[in-house]
Amino acid sequence: MSLELRNVTKRVGAETHIHATSLSLDVGVFNILLGATSAGKSTLIKLMAGLEKPTTGEVWVDGQNVTGLSTQKRQISLVHQFFVNYPHMTVFENIASPLRVAGIPKSEIAGRVEEAANILQLGPMLKRYPDELSGGQQQRTALARAIVKESKAIFLDEPLANLDYKLREELREQLPDLLAGRGTVVVYATSEPTEALLLGGNTALVHEGRITQFGPTAETYRTPANIDSAMVFSDPPINLAPVTKQGNEMHMGTQVKWAVSGEVAGLADGPYTVGIRPHYVTPTLPKAPSIPLSGIVQITELSGSESVAHLSLGDQKWVSIAPGVHSYQLGQEHEFHMIPGQCFYFAPDETLVARGAGAHG
Amino acid sequence: MAKITIDKLRHSYSPNPTGPDDYALKEIDLDWTDGGAYALLGPSGCGKSTLLNIISGLLTPSEGRVLFDGKDVTNLPPDQRNIAQVFQFPVIYDTMTVYDNLAFPLRNRGVDSARIDARVMEIATMLELEDRLATRASNLTPDNKQKISMGRGLVRDDVNVVMFDEPLTVIDPALKWKLRSKLKELHQKIAVTMIYVTHDQTEALTFADQVVVMQDGVIVQIGSPVELFERPQHTFVGHFIGSPGMNILPCEVVDGGATFQGQKIALEGKVVKTGQTTEIGIRPEYVRLSDSGIPATVRKAADIGRHTVVEMMTGGVAINAITDAAPPEPGTEVRLSFDPDQTRVYSDGWIATEVAK
Amino acid sequence: MKTENQKAWLFVLPVLALVAFNALIPLMTVVNYSVQETFGNNLFFWQGLDWFENILRSDRFHAALGRQVMFTAIILAIEIPLGVMIALAMPRSGPWVSVCLVLMALPLLIPWNVVGAMWNIFTLPDIGLLGYFMNNVLGVDYNMTQSPTAAWVTIIVMDVWHWTSLVVLLAYAGLISIPEPYYQAAKIDGASNWSVFRYIQLPKMKRVLTIAILLRFMDSFNIYTEVFVLTGGGPGNSTTLLSIDLVKVALGQFDLGNAAAMSLVYFAFTLLVSWLFYTIMMRDEE
Repeated sequence: MSLELRNVTKRVGAETHIHATSLSLDVGVFNILLGATSAGKSTLIKLMAGLEKPTTGEVWVDGQNVTGLSTQKRQISLVHQFFVNYPHMTVFENIASPLRVAGIPKSEIAGRVEEAANILQLGPMLKRYPDELSGGQQQRTALARAIVKESKAIFLDEPLANLDYKLREELREQLPDLLAGRGTVVVYATSEPTEALLLGGNTALVHEGRITQFGPTAETYRTPANIDSAMVFSDPPINLAPVTKQGNEMHMGTQVKWAVSGEVAGLADGPYTVGIRPHYVTPTLPKAPSIPLSGIVQITELSGSESVAHLSLGDQKWVSIAPGVHSYQLGQEHEFHMIPGQCFYFAPDETLVARGAGAHG
Repeated sequence: MAKITIDKLRHSYSPNPTGPDDYALKEIDLDWTDGGAYALLGPSGCGKSTLLNIISGLLTPSEGRVLFDGKDVTNLPPDQRNIAQVFQFPVIYDTMTVYDNLAFPLRNRGVDSARIDARVMEIATMLELEDRLATRASNLTPDNKQKISMGRGLVRDDVNVVMFDEPLTVIDPALKWKLRSKLKELHQKIAVTMIYVTHDQTEALTFADQVVVMQDGVIVQIGSPVELFERPQHTFVGHFIGSPGMNILPCEVVDGGATFQGQKIALEGKVVKTGQTTEIGIRPEYVRLSDSGIPATVRKAADIGRHTVVEMMTGGVAINAITDAAPPEPGTEVRLSFDPDQTRVYSDGWIATEVAK
Repeated sequence: MKTENQKAWLFVLPVLALVAFNALIPLMTVVNYSVQETFGNNLFFWQGLDWFENILRSDRFHAALGRQVMFTAIILAIEIPLGVMIALAMPRSGPWVSVCLVLMALPLLIPWNVVGAMWNIFTLPDIGLLGYFMNNVLGVDYNMTQSPTAAWVTIIVMDVWHWTSLVVLLAYAGLISIPEPYYQAAKIDGASNWSVFRYIQLPKMKRVLTIAILLRFMDSFNIYTEVFVLTGGGPGNSTTLLSIDLVKVALGQFDLGNAAAMSLVYFAFTLLVSWLFYTIMMRDEE
């Protein structure tokens, strides 16, 4: 089983929603579409599912061109961000509905519904109606409906976005196990980089209607091909600053400089853009070799187990994330430590040209 | 600005409550000082919105009192309480301009126009809406609409308290943190008592000096963000705050010490209470993969960039660890140790260990 | 490769055929009649725009149009504010909601000619409840078969009784779609009841009220059955509204050319007013 976009574009009026995109997705791994809201993830899913027709290009499933084929004939499942269930049907009837439509004999339906319901821990809820369920249970019902029928592809469009984050954690953990070994292509859209990393598989980075990079999730994270990819796959967005290479040193502004080695040292002298993820800019001295830099702390946040500081570094706005609780004086200058080994260097055309010696994101 | 006191408050939505289960709020006592930033944090259905509506006067409690600066306001309608509230979905007056929307609460109270002008300009500037003042409010994006709702809440300088009910629900994720920090900044500038209701730990911990964590109509802990993270008073707080939440492991208590899987576990102090259930609480951040200790099997490990989250099973109990090391393969046998000063025993959910002085 | 699916047109076809039969074909027939003269026997003579000229210069048409505009203006001026007021007074939750809704829907369920007949009997001075009461208890001289004023009052009251409910139901639908936080925010903002109406309820009802006004305009402008059953256009010609006049010309005098031209002028007028009104109301909606 496979799903392929061949040079697909989507224009609506004068606006281009999707620029020419080719993408080949396989069965057996999670395929993640990662990008900000309105980057084009939902449009890509609609194109794959046949809910929208590409302006040009073709969609192939299993070696067959399905471009003009209606969604009903494509044998696919779709789970939406909003919990879409039939309000007048019980959970059982909701889960059974795709099987009824497919004309599966009654004797078989009950068994399959129960199996799907058990996987999603909905066994005791089968007689209830959707409005008697919590948000998490409603979304699990929608998921059960998606997995109960045999489908060639299953599309999940930010399925966890509307859940409390504790529920999100739980379902996110269960999803990969749930969909593994079903022999369907799985496409999962999310706007959260951490979610992509937790799910693993392959990730396509979507930015302004283009796929900027596609590959195994961890590798994509560690080797962002260009600045757009680095921005998309970093939460908060990666810190950027213009730097100049002079001999064996990298200069950032007039104050900060560091020695470079390895592939970075091999770069021609000249201007580059440095990118470093927020958790390699820390308020405490890290174990890895680091250089000090000072920034004015503008805003601080605490996200449970981590402290976030938004700082201004000359003209640049940077973010630092550190585990534990750190207190900052707002509007004051604080010293931070940056790990040059974790830097990415981008050429003036914004493509990645070198990574710091220890860079793994 | 006012000090807010909640005195023996209970509320039931049914007219004749019989048992404690009929109460959406069960005996709430709170004391909030003037000018503070507070958050009510909990999952949906925990009673936090009920409490908020009682403070604002949209709801009258079944029992108990609400006091502003010592004055009983329990039976006063919202417009006589001198409060402001921002709702989950933007509430704007469609036909008015942004300026008129912001001026509305002041005009209704007969404030003179020079003063209105000054306040509206000040608030609009803080919210970065100053170049939109002449736009019809209905033509704005959802996040700008929500900014107007916030602005209307903040425009009056004589309010006792400004309340926010999940105000960032409709905001695009990319803009969320901006508004989140904007609110914090606004509080620092305006220094009026603010109450923020949310189910999102980041929003609560970012905004508030004091967070009230609620579950099933009961306050389980009141504390600073640091206290909630470092020493949860209840397993629910440990589970709810932090991602992944605190590990909760069933254990046995013998002679003021705890054993888990037959091994004695070093704790932060002596166990001083026992109940029907006893559990060890340890955050994943303080679980170490080491050479000796409790045996466990790796189920899954996810490298999420800044660290690795390792999910393991030990004798039928799931346990998470956060480590900086490379992720181990699934199926690997490992041994675990816990940082003693971060290991606690909870009995019937409540903290049962005491740190020796 | 062309895989475009044209089957959808097949599904629309029955509707197109139906519309053609009940609207387009009769309309074309009328257009046909309006430019020809016929004396029966399928004999037609080309008349050009003579009938139209005739109609537009006819005092009789002007008088009927004047009465029609006055009727529609009066009932709109009463039914819209009254409907909104009733909708505002209706409960928004609780057991009384369905009682109110059923009561409101009742007049709408009665067939139009029954409405006319009901009011006809109701107002008879000798045996009608209202007629008898007015004449013999209050001592007011009330007889709509003799007094044009009484006839006008009666058709207006009858229309208000029959159709205000429609405005109520539409306005009510608009009102209950306003989320509770709007009212709560207004309370907290210190808004008066008038402000709540002016800045929350009225803007949120704008769409449905536009539809209500349009429907009431078109329906009242085309009113025939109830008035015909009630007064037959009299006394004299005092309640001969446009459609009653049209029927008199077409069927009473069998003056098909004039009647056809009149129908088209009438139709164009309704269409133009509706379009103008809708465009103005929706001007600042995106």
